[in-house]
Amino acid sequence: MKEKELHDELTSIRSLMERSSKFISLSGLSGIMAGVYALIGAYFAYQIVYTDTGLFYTRDYVIANIDNNQGVLYTLMLIAAAVLISSLTTGAILTKRKAKRKGQQAWGKTSRSLLVHLAIPLVTGGILCVIFITRGYLGIVAPATLIFYGLALVSASNYTFGDVKYLGMLEIALGLIAALMPGYGLLFWAVGFGVLHIIYGSIMYFKYDG
Amino acid sequence: MTGNNPFEKLDKAFENRVRLQIMSVLMANERYDFNSLKELLGITDGNLASHLKALEKDEYILVNKTFVGRKPNTNYEATKKGKQAFEQHLNALEQLIKLQKGI
Repeated sequence: MKEKELHDELTSIRSLMERSSKFISLSGLSGIMAGVYALIGAYFAYQIVYTDTGLFYTRDYVIANIDNNQGVLYTLMLIAAAVLISSLTTGAILTKRKAKRKGQQAWGKTSRSLLVHLAIPLVTGGILCVIFITRGYLGIVAPATLIFYGLALVSASNYTFGDVKYLGMLEIALGLIAALMPGYGLLFWAVGFGVLHIIYGSIMYFKYDG
Repeated sequence: MTGNNPFEKLDKAFENRVRLQIMSVLMANERYDFNSLKELLGITDGNLASHLKALEKDEYILVNKTFVGRKPNTNYEATKKGKQAFEQHLNALEQLIKLQKGI
């Protein structure tokens, strides 16, 4: 056996062990795009929630009075839904494209495991947030979405790039800080879903997309 | 020939590339099903089945047949013996590389 053959053998083993257990076609670019959408969404939400009397003037308590401000609440939920749907669509398209390039199945055993482990904390958090909203506990929604999203990333990180775990832990930390500072939910939201996604998406893009 | 010859430590069962690949997948995953394995390795049903049968005969893998709804679902997992054989084979490969670099 020649040295090159031996190396090929070992490379093939290593690559198979990784490809069979981890979904490595997750697109970094889609992370960047998700961050951009989130920042655009946050900008529109900011226009609605904060008045022009000052940067940090908060209308959390105004919105909390749902009877008078139902329109504001619905608009915010609409913006959030638009950000979520465009992020998921972009993510699905870019990931599918990258999977094709990497010769990995976009919908296979690894991506299924990834989605299941992502979905369990995410759906739990989503339902909990809807319950909070209907009960009027609006201040807890921004921290809760960040925390549950972070937990979802940590749980899914076993099935893709390990870097995702650290993004998850950052989101959890940010969510906990946000819980300590009610009224600044939108700003933490913009940092967590906007800025962190852009930073992490860029890191992943340069590390793995090339 | 002494037992120090790394060529002797290479496992005959893994001389075939597909068998080595199957074993790599089963080392990294608790279990893997037939269809996912087929897609991952990009080989035909018959080819994969014959190599799986060979590994099963060596008692390197365990076969679990279950049903998902009415569809049969066959899962494979590495046995202790199979894992040891794989590790030994990798060690032998490593030794061979070291040996060749030494020359």
